Amino acid sequence: MVLDSVRLYSRYVGISLRSQMQYRVSFLAQSLGNFIITSLEFLGFVALFQRFGQIQGWTLPQMGLFYGMISVAFAIAEAVPRGFDIFGRLIKAGDFDRILVRPRSAAFQVLAQEFQLMRIGRLTQGLFVLLWSAVRLNLDWTLGHVTLLLCAIGGGACLFSGLFIFQATLCFWTTESIEIVNCTTYGGVEAAQFPLTIYRPWFRAIFTFVIPLATINYFPAQVLLNLDDALGSTRLIQWLSPLAGVLFLWICLRFWNFGVKHYRSTGN
Amino acid sequence: MKAYLAILSSRFRILIQYRAAALAGIGTQLFFGVVRMMIFDAFYRSSSALQPMTREQVITYIWLGQAMLLLTMLAADTDVAAMIRTGNVAYEMTRPIDLYSLWFTRALSGRAAPLLMRAIPIFLFAGLFFGLRGPASVAAGVMFVVSLLGGLLLAASMTALLTISLLWTISGEGISRLAPAPIFFFSGIAIPLPLFPGWLQWFIAVLPIRGLIDTPLRIYLDHLAGADAVAALAHQYIWVLVLILAGRAILARGLRNLVVQGG
Repeated sequence: MVLDSVRLYSRYVGISLRSQMQYRVSFLAQSLGNFIITSLEFLGFVALFQRFGQIQGWTLPQMGLFYGMISVAFAIAEAVPRGFDIFGRLIKAGDFDRILVRPRSAAFQVLAQEFQLMRIGRLTQGLFVLLWSAVRLNLDWTLGHVTLLLCAIGGGACLFSGLFIFQATLCFWTTESIEIVNCTTYGGVEAAQFPLTIYRPWFRAIFTFVIPLATINYFPAQVLLNLDDALGSTRLIQWLSPLAGVLFLWICLRFWNFGVKHYRSTGN
Repeated sequence: MKAYLAILSSRFRILIQYRAAALAGIGTQLFFGVVRMMIFDAFYRSSSALQPMTREQVITYIWLGQAMLLLTMLAADTDVAAMIRTGNVAYEMTRPIDLYSLWFTRALSGRAAPLLMRAIPIFLFAGLFFGLRGPASVAAGVMFVVSLLGGLLLAASMTALLTISLLWTISGEGISRLAPAPIFFFSGIAIPLPLFPGWLQWFIAVLPIRGLIDTPLRIYLDHLAGADAVAALAHQYIWVLVLILAGRAILARGLRNLVVQGG
């Protein structure tokens, strides 16, 4: 059953990729655009660090580690569960009905709908920054640290996917996609590019306990940087914290299932 | 002229119906404003070196910038894009009015209506809670209004150019997709332009993009005062004129070679 789903998913993705490759120039332009925008944004931060030297004791390479981790995670979440991002259209057109009559779960089909490859622009840019920081910081890459980094990025991709699913689920009631949730996705990326300590306590609390972006970025980075966390988290918490991203995704999927049960078609 | 005013006011009345979108936008912009404010606040607390702008100026710049955000997020007119794709643009050409003026007017109302709906609440909110200050002087306030209008005209003339570029690329890709991001970045919305590196300043000073929000904001703050403010206003309005003339010329060329999609 699992193997069957994997096979079906790769077929879906294959079709999505082939259709994107029909517009090769457009694909290249978009990926390049995506790369340039995110690079400009980072160069802007470089300029600020040159001007101010550091931000609350954090250096540019340190910030680059936070930035790289969150960017790569977000790029994955923008590419893979893209179907949830454009879910509003499906609801509006009444096309969700068709999904419900097929013999696979709704979440699976919406997920498999589209794989947005152009996000490779942000992904590469994030990897560049991550690599550059790792070299500049002279980090100690033990097997454990590499695993933790990968888990943190994976946890981050889960967390952002959860947010996209949450946003899609709201469409069951509102039909329109709710722009305000972008605060947590795009706004979350923007906020988590910087270390948590520069923010006010209430803001830190939101990004630790409500939308736990800190758990897939700030806390694991303490281990990688071999720092004593100024916010007082222990090493154990820092090692385990990426799991919070997975937990968040699970909660969002539960909410999604609840939404599917309450779905009323727009008709036509 | 009467026809264009009628288009302006009718588009305006259509667009102010999108209140839910405006409300969501206000929430999002307040959030981004808070994040940026905390980031810049942290930077300023990290260094005692003299900067081109004070912390208080940057905070007002950020919030007033958020209020004027829609002047920096430019995009081609989606209705016109659809018309070009379907071939309905042919009808546009049969109308007894000048096509450039029509598209410019649409772009102007497309910027002005949502701007107005979002700007006032954000301005008031940030003024009450987040340290947005009033204009530096009465003169600065008056010149700010002139320059805000200039920014609006500039945004409309750039939008018209993006729309016109669609005549060449049916799919809506190309310039109209790639240009908005650099425009956004060099507008000063993410990082105030005076804080950009020194070696970039001449480049920023020449480009028209600073006229969108940076010129109005710095006049408001008295960061540009006296002769500097007048020069910045002149820069802004000269670019409006240049971009309008360029838009007209390019549109005329595009229409000569236009192949109407149909069937």
